[in-house]
Amino acid sequence: MSTEQGHGGGGGGALGVDPMHQFEVTALIPIKIGGLDASFTNASLWMVIAALVVSLVLLLGSSKLVPGRLQSIGELAYEFISNLMRDVIGEKGRPFFPLIFTLFLFVLACNMLGMVPYSFTVTSHIIVTFALAMSVFIGVTVLGFMKHGVGFLKLFVPSGIPLVMMPLLVVIEVISYLTRPVSLSVRLFANMMAGHTMLKVFAGFVVGLGFLGGWMPLAFMVAFTGLEFLVAFLQAYVFAVLTCIYLNDALNMHH
Amino acid sequence: MPQLDFSTYPPQLIWLAIVFVALYFVLSRFALPRIGGVIEQRRDRIASDLDEAARLREESEKALVAYETALAEARARAHAIAQETRDKLNAETNRQRAEVEAKLAEKMADAEARIAKSRDAAMAKVKDVASETAGEIVQQLIGGRITKASVTKALNDALKN
Repeated sequence: MSTEQGHGGGGGGALGVDPMHQFEVTALIPIKIGGLDASFTNASLWMVIAALVVSLVLLLGSSKLVPGRLQSIGELAYEFISNLMRDVIGEKGRPFFPLIFTLFLFVLACNMLGMVPYSFTVTSHIIVTFALAMSVFIGVTVLGFMKHGVGFLKLFVPSGIPLVMMPLLVVIEVISYLTRPVSLSVRLFANMMAGHTMLKVFAGFVVGLGFLGGWMPLAFMVAFTGLEFLVAFLQAYVFAVLTCIYLNDALNMHH
Repeated sequence: MPQLDFSTYPPQLIWLAIVFVALYFVLSRFALPRIGGVIEQRRDRIASDLDEAARLREESEKALVAYETALAEARARAHAIAQETRDKLNAETNRQRAEVEAKLAEKMADAEARIAKSRDAAMAKVKDVASETAGEIVQQLIGGRITKASVTKALNDALKN
């Protein structure tokens, strides 16, 4: 990977750096199964790292009555998601707790690891976020039909609406339901990609403007990096909250 | 835009599935039961500690009530004893005072009797002296002899009026 080399060149100027280069996927270990490309790429590597970080933080913490630091992190995350699910779904959501928990921590870890310089942001790829969102969407829809049968379709029929308006509103409801996976995945992917691209563009400015003018974009970058950490957390949180809300629709069906 | 390079989709999807399922397995099997167990255990412990604290407080309140009853009882008893003693002492004092007063009254009556007696004696003596003096005075004035009996008679008449 030569992502950052244009950067190190110094005098190349802002336009000499390709801000999209950081998103390139390159195969580290080419693997082919049948006709299918299953290479272990840098994206795969950072997924594995994210999963390992999450697992290690949660497994290496002690399990004492008075928690240590690592244990506190795990308990904080546990209670955070647990409270979120209780607030949004109620007790019915209990069986799905491990799933939401895994989803939240995986996305959070990928977002946060993306902030490490020279790393790869897994969640800045639309296919990854879309796969996660689509899995949630399909899972929730199947669950809804399993729980309520055809009655799940009532989700698309708002109550207390004149009959004349009904066809229009049902169409709107159906469209809004179908766009859920798109909005869910694009929100996360766009946030991640835009933030990282912006950082890279301004990093190019720092080098391009040199000692005299470079401090201005540098100061901006420092502030913006802080903001990006916030966004990284917030987007993982939003992803988890929306998943909970969709799950709640399928389980409780109040509209 | 590398995100739209379709050739990268299959490996990303495959590895996403593998990693996510593995992470889900690890978390749901090992990490979450452990963390949940500890939290549960702590909650139980805190609840039982609170129960214990409530029990102890109840006990101490009971002890306080018992102490207060005992204190009130003791105070009442002390009061009763003091009252009894005071009554006894009062009675004794009254009795002694009555005795002393009786004795004094007796003495006073005695003394009064004595005084009356000596006054009577003195009065009798006064009469003698008066008659004698009167006889002497009459004798000096008129120069003649005068009987003692007539002087006494005249004096008695005078004293009668």
